[in-house]
Amino acid sequence: MTALARLPEGELQHTVLIVPGMHCAGCMGKVERGLKALAGVSSARVNLSARQVAVAHGPALTMPELMDALSREGFSSQPRGEELAPPASAVKPLLAPLAVAGFACMNVMLLSVGIWSGAEGSTRELFHWLSALIGVPAIAYAGRPFFVSAWGALKHMRTNMDVPISIGVTLATCLSLYETMTGGADAWFDGTLMLLLFLLAGRAMDAAMRDKARSGVDALLRQAAPGAMIIGPGGELQWLAASDLVPGMTMRVAAGERLAADGEVITGISRFDRSLLTGESAPVATKPGEIIHAGTLNLDAPVDVRVTAAGQDTSLAEVARLMESAGQARSRYVRIADRASRLYAPAVHSLALASFIGWMLAGAGVYHSTVIAIAVLIITCPCAIGLAVPVAQVVATGALMKHGIMVKDGSALERLAGVDRMLIDKTGSLTLGRPVPDPAVLNALPASAAEVALALASSSRHPLSRGLAEALAAKGYRAAPLTDVSEKAGEGVSAQWLGKKVSLGRPVSAQGMAVALSMEGEPVWLIPLADRLRPDAVSALSQMERMGIEGTILSGDNTTAVADLARQTGLTGQANASPQDKHDAIRRLQEGGKQVLMIGDGLNDGPALAAANASIAPGTASDAGRQAADLVFLGDSLLALPRAVRSARRTMSVIRQNFALAIGYNVLAVPLAIAGQITPLLAAAAMSTSSLIVIANSLRLIRSAR
Amino acid sequence: MNGLALLIPLALLMGLIGLGAFFWALRKGQFDDLEGAANRILIDEDGPAE
Repeated sequence: MTALARLPEGELQHTVLIVPGMHCAGCMGKVERGLKALAGVSSARVNLSARQVAVAHGPALTMPELMDALSREGFSSQPRGEELAPPASAVKPLLAPLAVAGFACMNVMLLSVGIWSGAEGSTRELFHWLSALIGVPAIAYAGRPFFVSAWGALKHMRTNMDVPISIGVTLATCLSLYETMTGGADAWFDGTLMLLLFLLAGRAMDAAMRDKARSGVDALLRQAAPGAMIIGPGGELQWLAASDLVPGMTMRVAAGERLAADGEVITGISRFDRSLLTGESAPVATKPGEIIHAGTLNLDAPVDVRVTAAGQDTSLAEVARLMESAGQARSRYVRIADRASRLYAPAVHSLALASFIGWMLAGAGVYHSTVIAIAVLIITCPCAIGLAVPVAQVVATGALMKHGIMVKDGSALERLAGVDRMLIDKTGSLTLGRPVPDPAVLNALPASAAEVALALASSSRHPLSRGLAEALAAKGYRAAPLTDVSEKAGEGVSAQWLGKKVSLGRPVSAQGMAVALSMEGEPVWLIPLADRLRPDAVSALSQMERMGIEGTILSGDNTTAVADLARQTGLTGQANASPQDKHDAIRRLQEGGKQVLMIGDGLNDGPALAAANASIAPGTASDAGRQAADLVFLGDSLLALPRAVRSARRTMSVIRQNFALAIGYNVLAVPLAIAGQITPLLAAAAMSTSSLIVIANSLRLIRSAR
Repeated sequence: MNGLALLIPLALLMGLIGLGAFFWALRKGQFDDLEGAANRILIDEDGPAE
């Protein structure tokens, strides 16, 4: 941005802000109106798919002003970093071939209908030449995605679905050209183009699904802006990104802020929440001289920390490295479509070869035998098989997304369908991972006290205050008008309300986490806060049990806390597990032949999430957790788990039906082809019917996420 | 045959125009934000037209 700031007056700057909170038309309207209301903004345009807004504005306007305007509308935002530029879309390169295939297919089909209805002699020849004129360049262009992938596979001496497709398409085109030049009766341009059209549609759908899920998850990922307020030698404060921190700097860490680097406490006494790193729920008290790690959350009071390790040297980065090496099990997974094509391609090619040899032996001549062999290739070209998997997965993913479950790629559903063992992290996964006030006390609180408490709590960034404010706001209370609000670090917030002194702060004596609400002339209210089980956890876990998935709690927390939750949920539990332990536990189960589903949120779960056969993270998870997980669910309810597994299993059964339908069509049509009875008309009709049947069958998944 | 000489080029031309329009839209970014376009229709614009 600094380079742009030197532009002459009157020139417009273009800024892109990421606004992860946008999800509907109302949000778009608010964001665009809010920005356009600023003086100096000439246009603001939201891209909802990427959760971004592009702003063109005068040079006088700065980034913080734009972000302020958005936060006034209730949206948190952040500038798009260069390295965070959105990954290239997977759909876009497929759209142009798809359009060309569609155009050419329709026009060639038009001419073919003329031939089928009895065009003879020179008319048929003219039509064939016109078809070739449209078809050959269109096939060369629209078939490129398949040719490239097939060539890549062949170069490495492997085969994939694209190899039989490419061979079939190429041979059919050559045969049709030969027929056209020799004035033959049948040309197959229409069938070839139709095949490409259907296959490209399947590919584009598969890519669109991945794009959509990725943009959803990316928007969440970009939310975190790790960095720290650095105190310079002259005492001046400066915000630095985490990557710019070096050992020896002094960070000032406010209450409610996460550490961006490992360091030693210089001044200040506070408590730190290390649950992200270790999974342990009880805060740890620190005093000057102690070492605290990146990723821990400062709970009470501001502290100054001298950086001892930053960037790649932090203990946080250590876990990230472990995570990277853990993903091997998953990369070995072969998608069902590729497994099918491994069986399919050799079968199809030997069949074509066998028919060629058979007809040669029967004395049919080289030309006739070749035509029949190519007809076999065309008719077995996996048109419906190319659609069988992507259509089912696209429909299921869309259904899940409507219920707030984002699937990162299609193979995730395939892997999730097979799981028979579940490991679940405690803090943040089985529980909400944030302090929630005791509902009994909240209900007993009189309305006036609740309104004062909400007003006080909402003016503090302390995690306990935020938990209280959220719960009170959710109950429908409005903040009471306060004056003279002041916050004292480590003590609490105090203010004046209708001439009375009110305060919300640390109780004089309390077990565990609690806040005390005191109002002049009234007894003090003690509001205990605790991390709670997610709503519907018990019913969700029993549903998983009924689906044959046995669950175990796997936590880094102490034995008492884990035993307590194990009692509440009826699961078995393992406590004090380090990231490495979690990772090893999954490996052991996998060696015992289990397909493991891991549910976790923290960085400490990252390696386990990456090692498991399938993994799910809540939307509130750490960046690392969300990145490593296959599925991310929004909202608090754990019912997302059985819903995702159920939907994945239904998707797999629909995919198997689709394969059966597609192969069934081949079983019927191949004998005709071998017998030399297949005409271009029959091929076109059979191809489109089988594709439509597969699509119709997949659409049954629309309600799969219920 | 005379009818065909006119109709076939005409059909191809119309198809090409459609294809051209699609490519133009693709390059102009009409397909960049399909989700946003679907939602934009719901925004009530009370302010003066731009």
